[in-house]
Amino acid sequence: MSDSEAAGKTDSKPARKAKYDYSSGPPPLNINLKWCKACNICIALCPQQVFEPDRDGKPVIARPDDCTQCTICWVHCPDFAITSNYK
Amino acid sequence: MATVKETNQAEKQKSDVMLQYLRPKKKFPSVWCAGCGNGTVMGAIIRAIDKLGYSKDEVVMVSGIGCSSRMPVYLDFSSLHTTHGRALPYATGVKFAKPHLKVIVITGDGDALAIGGNHFIHACRRNIDITAILINNYIYGMTGGQGSPTTPSKAFSTTTPYGNVEKHFNPSELAMAAGATFVGRTTVYHVPQMEKMITQALEHKGFSLVEAVSNCHTYFGRLNRQGDPVAMLKMFKDLAVPAARAKNMTPEELEGKLVTGVLQDIEKTEFCDEYQKVVDAHRGVK
Ligand SMILES: Cc1ncc(C[n+]2csc(CCOP(=O)(O)OP(=O)(O)O)c2C)c(N)n1
Ligand code: SF4
Ligand code: SF4
Ligand code: SF4
Repeated sequence: MSDSEAAGKTDSKPARKAKYDYSSGPPPLNINLKWCKACNICIALCPQQVFEPDRDGKPVIARPDDCTQCTICWVHCPDFAITSNYK
Repeated sequence: MATVKETNQAEKQKSDVMLQYLRPKKKFPSVWCAGCGNGTVMGAIIRAIDKLGYSKDEVVMVSGIGCSSRMPVYLDFSSLHTTHGRALPYATGVKFAKPHLKVIVITGDGDALAIGGNHFIHACRRNIDITAILINNYIYGMTGGQGSPTTPSKAFSTTTPYGNVEKHFNPSELAMAAGATFVGRTTVYHVPQMEKMITQALEHKGFSLVEAVSNCHTYFGRLNRQGDPVAMLKMFKDLAVPAARAKNMTPEELEGKLVTGVLQDIEKTEFCDEYQKVVDAHRGVK
């Protein structure tokens, strides 16, 4: 992969702090980026594809409305970095 | 004022329940590699304890040495971080002196079955009321990926660079044969099952073993080309065969599979109770 391609790929990923519209209540989940080790487990296991990786591989809540609060991401997170605002 | 138990019960649904059981002065995140199953097991243990409503002082967590054995360092229970392989003897001492405490042993496959193998079978044989949670990642994680007694035949590790020529132990079957009264196997993919199994094991009177198959992608996964944590979790999902289904399968069909679920749940007299009976009889107490 050439440098420009690699750079292009990084740029297309969401920025670390996604803009979130608080008018419809708090986001479905809180992500503690200090504790997250970017293991990709939550991103890969979420059945609704709620997350996108940011440029460090940490989860960004890209589709908050799709979250069904199914518990999968927070029970699988080995570093307790995800908690819910609703459960 | 609400008792500790009531408060715990009320909060049992909360997704951040784990945070209430972490040691406040400890630096997080943990030392474990990104995606290591040890953290997932730790979360399941916390939620199980919380569901049962035990107070923090009621629980004693004992461990030996290993990546998995670092768990009590992070948890706000009474804890003993002991020498390699000797968690069960220390735990036996604690339980024997204070039988009302809930004693949980966190151990790894090397810790429990190699250096601590003898202690393991005798704790099973005595049926002492301890819950052992054996995190089986098929390798010595902490010391750099040496083969352990559970490293499967032909699998690679830093001490078996041409494939393991030895046969391996099956921890759950070993425990059942040695006399443990509650034995269950689960994996880090099956977190709700793990949580339920730990709850059952804690409530069980007698020696209970939960074998939690986990991913050491840093050593076992890398040396055996099993990929990243996500790939290993999906592999556990594919390999798991529920115990009820495994009953109707031949040993050839079960080769390389992981039979999950409660494998043994029986009642036998418990060690501390029996000892107390002897003490009472000889002191003339009715
Ligand atoms: C008496 C003694 N012998 C050897 C060691 C080195 N040692 C530390 S951890 C370990 C193996 C741990 O493996 P396991 O129990 O499978 O735990 P994991 O790290 O895989 O979670 C060994 C051999 C030691 N600390 N003490
Ligand atoms: S709770 Fe379920 S649906 Fe929501 S982000 Fe987590 S895994 Fe996805
Ligand atoms: S599972 Fe946890 S540690 Fe892993 S990427 Fe998601 S939030 Fe981060
Ligand atoms: S070396 Fe293996 S067992 Fe130890 S923390 Fe890393 S992944 Fe986990």
